Amino acid sequence: MRQMSAAFLILAIVTMIAACAAMTLRGLVHCALALAVAFAGIGTLYLSLGAQFLGLAQLLVYVGAIAVLIVFVILLTRGGESDARPLIPTGLPITGIVVATTILALLAWAVFHSFAIHSLGPPASPATVRELGTVLMADYVLPLEVMGLMLTAALIGAVVVAMKEKQDTQ
Amino acid sequence: MTPLAGCLLVSSTLFAVGLAGALTRRNTILVLVGIELMLNAANLNFVAFWRFGHHTGMSTGVIFGLFSIAVAAAEAAVGLALILAVYRHAKTTDLSLLTGRAQ
Amino acid sequence: MLDQVFVSLKHWLLGYSPAAIQPAVSILLTILPILLVFPVLFALTTVLERKGLGRIQNRYGPNRVGFYGILQPMADALKSLTKEDIVPASADHTVHFLAPLILLAVAFLPFAVLPIGRNMIAANLDAGVLFFFAIGAISELSVFMAGWSSRNKYSLLGAMRAVAQMISYEVPLLLSSIAVIMAAGSLSTVEIVNKQAGFSGIFPHWYVLTPWGFVGFVLFMIAATAETNRSPFDLPEGESEIIAGYYIEYSGFKFALFFLGEYLGMFAISGLGITLFLGGWGAPLPFLTWVPSWIWFFAKLLGLIIGFIWVRGTLPRLRMDQLMNFAWKFMLPMALVVVVSAGAWRFLPQGVTRWLVSTLLLAVAYGLLARGVESRNKIAKRTYRFAE
Repeated sequence: MRQMSAAFLILAIVTMIAACAAMTLRGLVHCALALAVAFAGIGTLYLSLGAQFLGLAQLLVYVGAIAVLIVFVILLTRGGESDARPLIPTGLPITGIVVATTILALLAWAVFHSFAIHSLGPPASPATVRELGTVLMADYVLPLEVMGLMLTAALIGAVVVAMKEKQDTQ
Repeated sequence: MTPLAGCLLVSSTLFAVGLAGALTRRNTILVLVGIELMLNAANLNFVAFWRFGHHTGMSTGVIFGLFSIAVAAAEAAVGLALILAVYRHAKTTDLSLLTGRAQ
Repeated sequence: MLDQVFVSLKHWLLGYSPAAIQPAVSILLTILPILLVFPVLFALTTVLERKGLGRIQNRYGPNRVGFYGILQPMADALKSLTKEDIVPASADHTVHFLAPLILLAVAFLPFAVLPIGRNMIAANLDAGVLFFFAIGAISELSVFMAGWSSRNKYSLLGAMRAVAQMISYEVPLLLSSIAVIMAAGSLSTVEIVNKQAGFSGIFPHWYVLTPWGFVGFVLFMIAATAETNRSPFDLPEGESEIIAGYYIEYSGFKFALFFLGEYLGMFAISGLGITLFLGGWGAPLPFLTWVPSWIWFFAKLLGLIIGFIWVRGTLPRLRMDQLMNFAWKFMLPMALVVVVSAGAWRFLPQGVTRWLVSTLLLAVAYGLLARGVESRNKIAKRTYRFAE
């Protein structure tokens, strides 16, 4: 515990609380805002771990674009009004929580019984932007191009899927 | 409790919370929120192993995280467009009302 | 040297503090000038804007409160502090309270990566420009929070329009910055300023004096006007359109905080424009380098602020669909052509060739795109029907 800084602990706790809030709050927009806080918390966790470009990209993409997109869709699908849903789900939905708790227990057991609990490992070299750019262009240029194609396809697909159909709005 | 174990526990918790939400909530958008949380938890895993792992000098973890963020952005956009289209057709985003309907 | 007077002052004060708390004192001494200078600049800008707008509109601005109205910000601050803080009963109190706070926090953060002078930057991040844009993207959420929490249809409408406008104009902003980043080879703001520091003859190496840089600067400034919801892009907050848009239900000090946040955003993005295109703290002519660097930065900042005020007083407001068409159908392709032109500039040898190629690319693109923008949505001539 001594090796983990207080900043990391605070960020981790804030992120976990925000994630729990995102999944349990009643109003949809509250959930979306808590999700934005969770994303920002994860972004600052990346920054504290030394991945500067990735942390800022997470803030830009997730908080600045995806959270806003989710909020927009919530508003467009009239989800802003609170639905009278019981907070503690009865019946079938409880299995979801049981499954999730089981998986958490399994993962925690795996973490505690692995090498992670014993060894520290040497710190990685800082990933400067220049190095990331070189690696992207030299080693990972094919995934980069495929990523470009995929983003274009997703853009066109999203626009086409969400477009208003001309005839059946009478 | 090394920093690596701490990071892995945080990411496991986020994954479990996202999974619980995705399986439990009735609104489609919140299922997508849970899926995004799970993706972020996996990304955190990558960055934790890049930082505290045994392979120094390789920025593979960060590159993978970057690609994962791009894929998640595309998937969120398409998923939300689908939710909009379904809402326009069925006038609801409640999964319990949408399941089993002949679309 | 007058240029480094603040840096020397900080080091001298640091020498007087005990070694244990030196990191904290160093951070404090770096942050405090930012927290003091830019709100004072905000106060000056409010009075400058009101008097400037007044003169453009053929009237005096405020001239009662001090010598030619210079103490007007004090009166405004007193007024906003003593006004009753009304929160609507059906508003979401937590989100309503948090929205101006978050807006203010993300309005102050981008100043950390702006180089105000030689060796005068709060945080020399490796990915400084990306930090700036990431923080700017977060401010959209706070605008949405403000509009949604008021539970007012007009305020929500204003918030959604504001967010849509900010997202749309973020893309040309980023693309024109990418042209500069490509030319400079680094995301760090200090590096970008250093690359623009030389002189060739009498002309500085600023990126605004290249063809792609000039067009990029114009695009950047237009996108910056839209990002900060300034006129002519102030549809989300226009008084005659939607009362006050997303901050209708805010009164008193919270309204003042929104105002402060908006103006700080304007300063920050002007500062980034200066860093990327206008050479940061560099002097414009080689025989003027004896003037301290921070004076040049603030002079350029003042020039850009005057430009903002001038445009506000002159151009009419854009309608929402005109705004969105402009962003997606004109500025985005133009910004892409700027990136291509910057690439051509970088790889052609120095001389007339690269000037010609760059300018040709930009001129052709502008000709094609401007024609496309004009011919859309021809509004029919207004016909009046009078009662018989």
